Amino acid sequence: MSFPWAKPYEPTHPLMKWMDEKLPIPRLVYNATGPGYPVPRNLNYFWNFGVLAGAALMMQIITGIVLAMHYSANVGVAFNSVEHIMRDVNAGWFIRYAHMNGASMFFIVVYLHIFRGLYYGSYKAPREMVWLLGVVIFLLMMATAFMGYVLPWGQMSFWGAQVITGFFSAIPLVGEPVRQWLLGGFVPDNATLNRFFSLHYLLPFVILGVIILHIWALHIPGSNNPTGIEVKDEQDTVPFHPYYTAKDGFGLGVFLLIFVALTFFSPNMLGHADNYIPANSLSTPAHIVPEWYFLPFYAILKAFTFNFLWIDAKLWGVIAMFASIALLFFLPWLDSSPVKSSTYRPLYRWFFWVLVADVLLLGWCGMQPAEQPWVILSQLGAIYYFAHFLVILPIVSRIERPLPMPNSITEAVLAKHAPDAASGPAAA
Amino acid sequence: MVRPLGFLVGLGFITALVLAIFTTPLSNEPNVAYSFVKHPRHLKLASDGLVPHWDKAQLQRGMQVYKEVCSACHSLNLVAFRNIQDLGYTEGQVKTFAKGFQVPSINPDTGEVATRDGLSSDHFPAPYANDVAARAANNNAIPPDLSLITKAREGGKDYVYSLLTGYQNPPANLPAELKLGTGLHYNPYFPNLNLAMAKPLADNQVTYADGTKASVDQMAKDVTAFLVWTAEPKLVTRVQVGWAVFFFLLIFTVLAYLSYRNIWADKKH
Repeated sequence: MSFPWAKPYEPTHPLMKWMDEKLPIPRLVYNATGPGYPVPRNLNYFWNFGVLAGAALMMQIITGIVLAMHYSANVGVAFNSVEHIMRDVNAGWFIRYAHMNGASMFFIVVYLHIFRGLYYGSYKAPREMVWLLGVVIFLLMMATAFMGYVLPWGQMSFWGAQVITGFFSAIPLVGEPVRQWLLGGFVPDNATLNRFFSLHYLLPFVILGVIILHIWALHIPGSNNPTGIEVKDEQDTVPFHPYYTAKDGFGLGVFLLIFVALTFFSPNMLGHADNYIPANSLSTPAHIVPEWYFLPFYAILKAFTFNFLWIDAKLWGVIAMFASIALLFFLPWLDSSPVKSSTYRPLYRWFFWVLVADVLLLGWCGMQPAEQPWVILSQLGAIYYFAHFLVILPIVSRIERPLPMPNSITEAVLAKHAPDAASGPAAA
Repeated sequence: MVRPLGFLVGLGFITALVLAIFTTPLSNEPNVAYSFVKHPRHLKLASDGLVPHWDKAQLQRGMQVYKEVCSACHSLNLVAFRNIQDLGYTEGQVKTFAKGFQVPSINPDTGEVATRDGLSSDHFPAPYANDVAARAANNNAIPPDLSLITKAREGGKDYVYSLLTGYQNPPANLPAELKLGTGLHYNPYFPNLNLAMAKPLADNQVTYADGTKASVDQMAKDVTAFLVWTAEPKLVTRVQVGWAVFFFLLIFTVLAYLSYRNIWADKKH
């Protein structure tokens, strides 16, 4: 497939030979995640998160299908049908809590996966398409998670739907009709709940399809690695199986341990108490807060408090929030540095860590009420967020002098294991 | 092309944000209620933590408080009589208990609205026929359903316990805008300090069958423990199953780690 030394698939058993002629799925698996897919030998634990995201999606789909067997998407009974699952369905409490916390785990691993890509330059040529498809998956995940949160029809479900669909009403002229069209009414109601349920069931399978494209696009150049140096020859790689299946197996175990601890010991830690109150269109909660994984974007939305030019503050906030994700589509061309890995980018590395701190700060601010000092902190945080991608990164990639790089992955690996580790530039 | 355009877009957002910073006042509107609202007091229950169990005697006392005090105004819609077997009652006791309630029904011959004796499969009947009746009888505030109350409030069980035991006279320095409205009661654990519910508990309001002294504090603890159970009857099972799953996965993870080390033993990476 990707490299000439990839081990070819040679079935020996007659049944497998027969299958290979008729429908070569075993060949596909062998070449995609088996011994037929050579992978850089030096991947660190941050390369586990792609597989973990896939595992999280599968768990969401399985638990979700079971939940859909017991859930009713009707405003009169939706809330109680979730409580019916919690109380009367065999192991329903487990399925429901696993689905609820599974969403959080999915976002945790995807955020780590994205920041891994940012640190090691995985979005750069020749992997731009992998990155673009990844951003599409991220957007689909956000839509799916939002609609899923509406389904229990608690107070946060209802008011979250009210606020988020309200973004569309900021669009000049057509905003309000668009919002009503999306909701199927003037406020979130039964039509909204039904379509959200339908789309919440549909989108995970769309995500699955885009993931297949994401992996397909990845397998053409092969995986990036911590040095950012492309694979040169066979000694730079190991076969995916058994090397990375074993490592991913261990990673999956650690992931599941954390998932289990959250689901069984503190299932409501990341949730919000108000969502255990049935939806009530006449009573607005004191603080309407989205789920934690939307908080940085919510902080950017709220940071715009000034009518600038002919655009009012609300529309600025909405545009900025969508732009904060949309700009990721342009990242491969905003960063013109040919060096991928931050290990060899002494200047960009610092800005990367400032970005990590900035996103955490924005997340914290997103949780707070619209009061000082949170408003000014989210404004400063939003300034850095846009400056990082649109101003700093293009400049840094032009003026930065990268550190000396090893000639190959193997050289970097051997330098790390040399008795005098300080001798090689790759020692860091 | 992407970089110059991106630069302009970035400058646009940054300008809007800088202007926003300079036009947003740095001081907050003072919120006087903040200084009077108290943080809930911690309530320790047997169902807490990583090795929880149900204190069945306490849950039974708590149910008695619910039935004799709270149920006058608050429903418990999500709990069926059959569920209280968890509290240590036998099937026969549950049947007898259910029979003590009248639940809405229809006359099987005429179809007219009627009531009948409760069955184990019935849920606790609500005190009011509908929200309008509940509002009319309670100074325009609907008493919330209590089934999920310890999960549906910030502070959970601590909040419920603190609220029940927290009634007091308003402090003398309470500003005029926080003074009590008519028919409201001062409680520093309630977010806006003015609660429509009157102080529900008084010493010896119920007589416990097990001889426990029914102080306000004891009754508040017991009924809160009961409401922790109603909010999540599967809580103890959940944590117990969790440990089994956790240890199973721990063994899996150790084995996965060892096989990972074994497979990579001859490869520098």
